[in-house]
Amino acid sequence: MEKLKVKIGLEVHVQLTKLKTKLFCSCPSDYRGKPPNTYVCPVCLGLPGSLPKVNSKAIEYAVMVALALNCKINRKVMFFRKHYFYPDMTKNFQITQYDRAGGAPIAVNGYLKLSTSDKEKVVRIRRINIEEDPGKLVYPTGSIITSPYTLVDYNRAGIALLEIVTEPDIETPAEARLFLQKLRSILEHLDVCDCGLEGAVRTDANISVAGGGRVEIKNIGSIKDVEKALMYEILRQKEALLKGLSIRSETRHWDDVRKVTVPLRVKEEEQDYRYFPEADIPPIIITEEFIEKIAKQMPELPDERLKRFQREYGLPYYDSSVLVSNKKLADFFEETVKLYKRNPKKVANVIINDFLRWIHEKGLELDNVKAKPKDIAELLKLLDNGIISIKIAKTVLPEIIVSGKSPSQVVKERKLLKISDKQIIRQIALKIFREHKKAAFDALKDKKAINYLIGQIMKYTKGRADPAVTGKVVKELLTDLKEGKLKL
Amino acid sequence: MDVLSKPANELGELILSGAISIVDLIDKVYERIMKLESKVNAIITLRSRSDLLKEAENKEKEIKRGAAKGLLFGVPVAVKDNISTKGIRTTCGSKILENYVPPYDATVVKLLKKEGAIIICKTNMDEFAMGSSTETSYFGPTRNPWDLERVPGGSSGGSAAVLAAGIVPLALGSDTGGSVRCPAAFTATVGLKPTYGLVSRYGLIAYANSLEQIGPMARNVTDVALLLNVISKYDENDGTSIPGSRPDYMYSLSNPYHIKGSLKVGLVVEMMGEGVSDEVRKVILRALDKISGEGIEIEEVSLSSLKYALPAYYIIAMSEASSNLARYDGVRYGFRAKIDGDWNKVYMETRAQGFGLEVKRRIIMGTFALSAGYFDQYYLRALKVRTLILNDFRRAFKKFNVLVGPTMPILPFKIGEKIKDPLAMYMCDIETVSANLAGIPAISIPAGFIGNLPVGLQIMAPPLHEELLLKISKIFEDKIGLRNLIAPL
Repeated sequence: MEKLKVKIGLEVHVQLTKLKTKLFCSCPSDYRGKPPNTYVCPVCLGLPGSLPKVNSKAIEYAVMVALALNCKINRKVMFFRKHYFYPDMTKNFQITQYDRAGGAPIAVNGYLKLSTSDKEKVVRIRRINIEEDPGKLVYPTGSIITSPYTLVDYNRAGIALLEIVTEPDIETPAEARLFLQKLRSILEHLDVCDCGLEGAVRTDANISVAGGGRVEIKNIGSIKDVEKALMYEILRQKEALLKGLSIRSETRHWDDVRKVTVPLRVKEEEQDYRYFPEADIPPIIITEEFIEKIAKQMPELPDERLKRFQREYGLPYYDSSVLVSNKKLADFFEETVKLYKRNPKKVANVIINDFLRWIHEKGLELDNVKAKPKDIAELLKLLDNGIISIKIAKTVLPEIIVSGKSPSQVVKERKLLKISDKQIIRQIALKIFREHKKAAFDALKDKKAINYLIGQIMKYTKGRADPAVTGKVVKELLTDLKEGKLKL
Repeated sequence: MDVLSKPANELGELILSGAISIVDLIDKVYERIMKLESKVNAIITLRSRSDLLKEAENKEKEIKRGAAKGLLFGVPVAVKDNISTKGIRTTCGSKILENYVPPYDATVVKLLKKEGAIIICKTNMDEFAMGSSTETSYFGPTRNPWDLERVPGGSSGGSAAVLAAGIVPLALGSDTGGSVRCPAAFTATVGLKPTYGLVSRYGLIAYANSLEQIGPMARNVTDVALLLNVISKYDENDGTSIPGSRPDYMYSLSNPYHIKGSLKVGLVVEMMGEGVSDEVRKVILRALDKISGEGIEIEEVSLSSLKYALPAYYIIAMSEASSNLARYDGVRYGFRAKIDGDWNKVYMETRAQGFGLEVKRRIIMGTFALSAGYFDQYYLRALKVRTLILNDFRRAFKKFNVLVGPTMPILPFKIGEKIKDPLAMYMCDIETVSANLAGIPAISIPAGFIGNLPVGLQIMAPPLHEELLLKISKIFEDKIGLRNLIAPL
């Protein structure tokens, strides 16, 4: 199929999970896992007569994000009401921000640069809003369709959100993923959001293919699913276009169980939100000094950190970019390097090639990995000191990831110490030679058979035999065999 | 009866000195309610006699222990039913909140309690404060103690009526477009709408949140100052609360004639023009006659933007109302229609059954005014008018200390007379809404009577000039000679 022009814009809702309290009241914001409707008060329940009180820390966090995304920060920030009836809304309007009708969101006109090794891509940021999260609808069966009734939990109501809206500059699902990964890393470096928490980052994706109608996919919960939803949607729209159908503007829902998008409503039916100023919150004046103060306190961001990794640790671009794409991973790396200074590249290799692979294989997140940087450093040292072989190291790694035991403890418990005593290896090799006589004689002329014999020794010793010593012993034995000094 | 007619500023001292027993006082208040309430219908929720007497007894014990303190210790107070009271149902005069019991106290209620006041009852009002006659209440209309055939004004009609009926000396009202001043004028009592932001709105159930203030009501200016002393305080829970300390309004009254130079009073010609009845005009001019002289100069002044005030007010108020009242859906509290169906259907039926006609009318019109395509034409233009009015007031206050006019353009009207004609009812607010649009303080004091029907004089001052406004009101009150009036019932 010919290449069709794809335009993608994202609306990312980021919970400021690092705030201690909600956006407009002093209810604690760590609502996850709490009994329903216990983290509530008259304000976040929208009880008659209650009034919002702006959490000034939320403004500070929003300014940090705005600076990191190169936005213009408005000096006079206003809140607006967005009206729609829905059971997760306690007031049937959401306090948010608006960029029309005299409104002024916290920040506008920014950009985020996505770098891949061969090119640089700029995604423009249209605006950043501060707004309140609605409550959460709970379907007792887990599905909106099969549940006979719906419950509502307002613990989440009033949690501070940033809505980050991009221009439709993204051209592929992979770019969307890169954008979200980088955004996530920035948010984590700013320490405003623990993006790994369930529902902490939720994305709406707008997509149009070949100038067709704009389709919005609502509420996608993970970065991977954003990419999948967009791929699905491009495929769906291309197929429709092939059949000569036109794509209408509509809102679709991402079904994360079936991994498909399903129609929600046609755009024309969409409601009029009747935005107007929230008179209970007077405009907030952001001074130059305030912005400067925050700019000075900004922590190191992923781009700077990437450059520092290249400079300070001599890592290649690829390694650095993989590490800083996730703040926790980058932190893990640096802590390991502190304990194993002699070869940062080796640390990077183990983390990127082995450590990460095992985490994915075991279905874990960096957060619930039991192994600590000291364990990785120890493993590398055991290897360097010849106490274990590289093969053993590779079997120890998954175990320390899951169990939290130290590498030396695993080695000891499982008797994995390397065998480098030549006499012991010679005895084992003789035993193998006798059991595989044909192979032994073949090995006199065939290299493959030599490897077979070494493989058998390794198998017998469960990988503990020192490869160098083993190779040497096998060679000696073969010489003896050839010269008739050895009888099998 | 004698105890009940005492001004609050005297009552407090008599109680603390032991000259008046709180139990006895509260008992008399209760008796008077029992005697009059069936005629007046000023109260939506009356606290139980046993609860009230228990509180009175506890307070008396505190006096005996020497632990009693507070500006309103043992003083009975009525609170409008749109001000949240913890544990006492707060209905807003609406079926939709018929059984709503707030789990928290409004800031003003906390302040009343802190000063030792005894909250007797929650007073009747127009549903969600939408009205000028207290007729739109789900709990039936309140009657004017001066003439039971007539309305007491609104929307704080119940609060005004309990004052005029000699039940309590102090009451709280709320004023969005005149709802404190209108009933004060219709019942020969005093009602103040403070500067926007002077009194916390936290716990006041919103009708039009950019316009309204809780206001003190009493039978004389001094008691209004006393109650303002209690409720006026910066509140961090209200983002529009003005930071900083407040003056002692009572103290400023102790020497009321201490105003530098001569006092310049502007009579606003737009407030005396079309729509103002001859009787009202006559009473106002007579009162101003009594006031002028002795260093008080009264001059006419024109604020031409006021002719746009009423439509601008109604657009803003209805727009905000359509938003503020969206939360009443029957899910979390209040009335819920007993029908089966999805949430959308339940919401619609709940709101259809739970709201009265006038509330629905304002929600619908406000929704219309905010909708796409009309927003600029209505809401944004109304905001521009608001700015014009504020500028007109600023200009006028450069020349005048205060501005005056009638509070109401007409005399208290008969129950049922205007309720079917919304426009005629809205016209009643023509004198009062501009103070809300401009956010300035305004007070109504008794100006005189036509027969037994009261007329109120409205006095307006620059923002945060309550001290001056109360001082001048005290002077006018002295000169007019009408205070502490209780309707013969």
